[in-house]
Amino acid sequence: MNIIVCIKRVPDTADADISIDKSGKDIDKSGLAFDLNEWDSYAIEEAILLKEKLGGTVTVFSAGGEDSNESLRKCLAMGADDALRLTDPAFAGADGFATARALAEAIRKRPYDLILTGTQAEDDGYGQVGVVMAQMLRIPHVSIVTRIDVQEKKIKAHRELEGGLEEVVEVDLPALLTIQTGINEPRYVSIMGIRKVAKKEIKALGASDLNLKPEEVGLAGSDIQLDKVFLPPVGVGAEMLEGKPEEIARKMFDILKDKGGVA
Amino acid sequence: MKEIIVVAEHRRGELRDVTWEMLSKGRQLSESLGGELSVALLGKDVKNLAEALKPKANRVLLVEDNRLEFYNSETYEKVLAQLVTEKKPVLTMIGHTAMGMDFAPCLAAHLKIPLATDCIGIDPKNETFDLTRQIYGGKINAAVSFLRKGPQYMVTVRAGAFPVMEKEPLPGEIVSVPSPLTDEALARRFLEYMEAAVGEVDITQADILIAVGRGIKDVENIPLVKELADSVGGVLACSRPVVDKKWLPKGCQVGTSGKTVKPKVYVAVGISGAFQHVAGMKGAGTIIAINKDPKAPIFGVAQYGIVADLFKILPVIKDKIKQLKQK
Ligand SMILES: Cc1cc2nc3c(=O)[nH]c(=O)nc-3n(C[C@H](O)[C@H](O)[C@H](O)COP(=O)(O)OP(=O)(O)OC[C@H]3O[C@@H](n4cnc5c(N)ncnc54)[C@H](O)[C@@H]3O)c2cc1C
Ligand SMILES: Nc1ncnc2c1ncn2[C@@H]1O[C@H](COP(=O)(O)O)[C@@H](O)[C@H]1O
Repeated sequence: MNIIVCIKRVPDTADADISIDKSGKDIDKSGLAFDLNEWDSYAIEEAILLKEKLGGTVTVFSAGGEDSNESLRKCLAMGADDALRLTDPAFAGADGFATARALAEAIRKRPYDLILTGTQAEDDGYGQVGVVMAQMLRIPHVSIVTRIDVQEKKIKAHRELEGGLEEVVEVDLPALLTIQTGINEPRYVSIMGIRKVAKKEIKALGASDLNLKPEEVGLAGSDIQLDKVFLPPVGVGAEMLEGKPEEIARKMFDILKDKGGVA
Repeated sequence: MKEIIVVAEHRRGELRDVTWEMLSKGRQLSESLGGELSVALLGKDVKNLAEALKPKANRVLLVEDNRLEFYNSETYEKVLAQLVTEKKPVLTMIGHTAMGMDFAPCLAAHLKIPLATDCIGIDPKNETFDLTRQIYGGKINAAVSFLRKGPQYMVTVRAGAFPVMEKEPLPGEIVSVPSPLTDEALARRFLEYMEAAVGEVDITQADILIAVGRGIKDVENIPLVKELADSVGGVLACSRPVVDKKWLPKGCQVGTSGKTVKPKVYVAVGISGAFQHVAGMKGAGTIIAINKDPKAPIFGVAQYGIVADLFKILPVIKDKIKQLKQK
């Protein structure tokens, strides 16, 4: 089974104190830690598990700057065979649609049975790239997948719906699946493991390698553009409990007693 | 005439809330554009749903076909591609849900209609629309516009983002639209639904829920939160990453893909407040959030907030509560 996985390197913002940069169109990313998009860490793990079981190859693609090599190397260390990076100054400003088009063009000429992406990216959160790629490659897709059983020339996949309900579907190969968190337990990558793949070449492909015209890539090839970013309005907002830890604890107890009936 | 089409979402015989929310927003948009609102309903034997939708739109575009008994991205795409091509709505609205996320991106790409996903704000502007989306897990809002010009546009709409407003009923008309589906084999086939296994504790019945998120860092620290829950007679719940890492069972998960809870008090510990989590707990009587990040989106839904390192504050809270209860 030949598997292609698309991955993105994203800033870790959940824990960080973030601020808006001077352009007003993005956050200030200096000082932020970056890592493999959470959903993609499950996608690459699933690909490696399938390879270990069924043989074949795993090839990883990422559209991004030089820094993305770090995340691609992590995937190589996890067990991927090959990694490619799509990069071109003309790719700047790409939305989900334009990103999907570049990835689809890069993948089109390669042999594959299965393409895996994450369900969504932690940063832009389009939840779109995988499904658009499937349409462009004219292959069937299943999104938000929490379990895969490979059968003869087809896959049985569980899709997550709302409220704990799942939908089981069958899809002919080649197909694209968008992977949901929790499908597996992504393996730990040691520093030794990363070192082993440090020298491996990661090929870079630009717009001309993909036969894409300037108007088809980056901002020019996008459906949407981001005009400005701002902090979400908090509405009434929470009343902050302040003071020494003991005082905060007492206030919290009072609320629990008052509103929750704690005796 | 400027038509807006809302794609109705239903499952197992019931229309889902996002449908009413989109119809409410769609109506406001169509009124300001001087156009009309249609709702597309695809299914098998769904006349009763069409009747329920009638007062909320100018017309119900009803496509009935035995092949539409269960949602399938392929059949939905085929039917809606034809419908949207024929009707040429300025705007097609689809839920940013397990269903909408699965077919809207390919429908838009197929029809070459510009798409903005997961919108929480939609405002008409000069023949196009200004949108609001959230990025970085809800910590930042983004004002977004369509760069590629329509004349048709498509959006997926976040569930819960738009309120359902009471308005006088519209003279909805049910229009039967012939189904373009044939017996042609599909590359993707629906097999069955599977219900999540019922857990040991039912978090939906608890008066007090102490919910823990990724901020807890390690499974070894879960007892810290469990002790707090025990001390106030509450039940332990959690966000999705805690279940993904198998630190707590799936039955404890609150959110769109977990449980919807309405306890008297919900305490969110080390949870950022992603919309998929908030959707499951915003109905709680009182929400208290404990988070070290003052900008965490959870403080936007909580009534009370504590900005603190949970590892420092939880032991103090636990001891204090013990002490106060003894009095
Ligand atoms: C289709 C789909 C369905 C989903 N369904 C659900 C669902 O049902 N339920 C759900 O919860 N999620 C769901 N998600 C995932 C959701 O998008 C978020 O990824 C998730 O809710 C984040 O969980 P979290 O808040 O625990 O973690 P994070 O977002 O990582 O937040 C951790 C928080 O802990 C705080 N923190 C860290 N250390 C400390 C400390 N020492 N003291 C105090 N605070 C600290 C941080 O400031 C941060 O705010 C779904 C996603 C998708 C795509
Ligand atoms: N720049 C990128 N390079 C490679 N894959 C990407 C990129 N952006 C998004 N993806 C893939 O598409 C998935 C969904 O992203 P999104 O649609 O942006 O939420 C991610 O989990 C990745 O698998």
